Amino acid sequence: MRDILLEIWESVRRNKLRTCLTGFAVSWGILMLVILLGAGNGVMNSTMGNMEEIASNIMEIYPGRTSKPYEGLKEGRWLRLTEKDASFMEGNAFSNVIDRVSPSKSLEGDNYKLTYGKTKVTVYVKGVGSDYSNINKVEIYAGRFLNKNDEDQLRKVVIVPSNIADRMLDGRGDYDSLIGRRVKVGSFSFKIVGIRKSFENQDDRQLFIPLSTLMRLTPGNIYLSSIDISFHGLKTEQQNKDFETKLKRALNERHMAAPDDESAFWIWNRFTMAMQIEKGRSILEIALWIIGIFTLMSGIVGVSNIMLITVKERTHEFGIRKAIGASPWAIIKLIISESVAITAVFGYVGMVLGLLVCEIMDKTLGASSMEIFDASIKIMDNPTVSVGTAVGVTAVLIIAGTLAGLIPARKAAKVRPIESLRAD
Amino acid sequence: MLIELKDVNKVYTGAQPLHVLKGINLGIDSGEFVSIMGASGSGKSTLLNILGILDNYDSGEYWLDGRLIKNLSEKEAAAYRNRKIGFIFQSFNLISFKTALENVELPLFYMGVARKKRQSLAMEYLDRLGLRDWAGHYPNEMSGGQKQRVAIARSLITHPQIILADEPTGALDSKTSEEVMRLLADLNREEKVTIIVVTHESGVANCTNKIVHIKDGLIGAVEDNTGHNSSAFGTSTIMK
Repeated sequence: MRDILLEIWESVRRNKLRTCLTGFAVSWGILMLVILLGAGNGVMNSTMGNMEEIASNIMEIYPGRTSKPYEGLKEGRWLRLTEKDASFMEGNAFSNVIDRVSPSKSLEGDNYKLTYGKTKVTVYVKGVGSDYSNINKVEIYAGRFLNKNDEDQLRKVVIVPSNIADRMLDGRGDYDSLIGRRVKVGSFSFKIVGIRKSFENQDDRQLFIPLSTLMRLTPGNIYLSSIDISFHGLKTEQQNKDFETKLKRALNERHMAAPDDESAFWIWNRFTMAMQIEKGRSILEIALWIIGIFTLMSGIVGVSNIMLITVKERTHEFGIRKAIGASPWAIIKLIISESVAITAVFGYVGMVLGLLVCEIMDKTLGASSMEIFDASIKIMDNPTVSVGTAVGVTAVLIIAGTLAGLIPARKAAKVRPIESLRAD
Repeated sequence: MLIELKDVNKVYTGAQPLHVLKGINLGIDSGEFVSIMGASGSGKSTLLNILGILDNYDSGEYWLDGRLIKNLSEKEAAAYRNRKIGFIFQSFNLISFKTALENVELPLFYMGVARKKRQSLAMEYLDRLGLRDWAGHYPNEMSGGQKQRVAIARSLITHPQIILADEPTGALDSKTSEEVMRLLADLNREEKVTIIVVTHESGVANCTNKIVHIKDGLIGAVEDNTGHNSSAFGTSTIMK
């Protein structure tokens, strides 16, 4: 082992420029690949970062406007969901697919003010059932979420997002100290029962109160803004689509809209959306890998090119070695080990540099965000490559470097010693 | 017989096929000090290359130490060269980026000898050839005679039965040439190594005990030269 290392060292030392050029090709290939994958991951994370907050297997149903006349009713009629629709969906007709139904009502257009001491915040009020947290991801920091009793007894209780809670606390005390306190929402007094984690990447102003309480506070307005359902057993996109059509038909029928009217109700299916995002993600990933592999290939071609020249240059030396008893395998080993050593060392350098650049990207681009239509969007989120991937890529290059060295090595080993000796 | 050639033929194929060896019959005993002499193009170097299994031949038989050397795999050939044969070349053929010591120990490396052992053996041989102080020098820092002595040390280190020398004095001045030939003669006498020298210089050939004349690919006269008086230019020196 030590002899081989010494041999490699001698050969490298003797050919500094050649070695450096090869090494540069290898390092560059790995560096570009790691940066590429890191940046790709960053973009994917930023666009799909919120996906985790959305539990899948959920559809949100919104009322729309009819697009065709039906049964004597004109087109362009606004439709509205009520709690009767919610209980209809909870009924037997869909019980094999639908698990939970969670109607909710937002006070549209009406901005309320939350008042607590000196704090005044504009908020949106959303009435939800206690099942809401079973369908949507709500992380409670302190206290609890709404429960059945809140609903049944029409309690005036509220869940406050943590960003508003921070402003209410103004640096004094913790979230627990807010539990049980009273706040004014509009003209009504509510008791805080829970602090939830506010949604990331947006200005979260949403207060949750029991739907039944909201209904009582807005007499005469029995309409819901949406109904969320969780479901099971729909595996493929086609199955989801079929179910959506079936559900729409049933709702259309209840609301006197044409059965095939697509715009009477809108269904936002998080499950199929996640599937599509996943698809997009994998396409992007494949594209990244293809570019990456081509980048790697240029590195490999570089290595094999240099090995070819090396072998030619050293033909006479190999002839001497053969004359004094080097077997073909010994010659092959000599060439391959040099090729592997060069790719391994420089590949490692490229990998480390690549990971470093990813870190820098994380610190600079990852921290900055763009303002697009009031929403702040991160350009990149966590643009890094797992060490496993980086090592894997480097390993691929080393193996490829071996193969690249193998062809000229075999050629050199095959030449009869007398011919190698004659070469200069 | 250590070496026995029976009707060995060699043709170089090419645009103009060249029949270099036209049926060589030659026997060399263990412990002999032989020179193969001939003009350039006579086939003497080809013959030496075949003897050293550096090249192959087309027909005939080559027996080395009781074994037929024909169609050997490159691996077997390498093992034979490593253990049985030592080479001395006109252009020394030392590896330029290795020191004298490293050059000398290289055959032992291919023999699989441990590093420490290799180094001490190589040092011993360099010492014997008066090159102890030059062990750490690279070939381009040495004179021709020193380089050839390094090459001789390298050829001796595996204790081969045969030493094949292809124009060993070709690149040396007459004084150094004499030294080298004396060295080979001493080795032959003291260690009973079989030495075969290819040369076109009669003075060099005169140092050996038997002169095989080769002409146009055929063995001419085989001359006993134990008296060392065959040189046309005097018996006491090597003319340059």
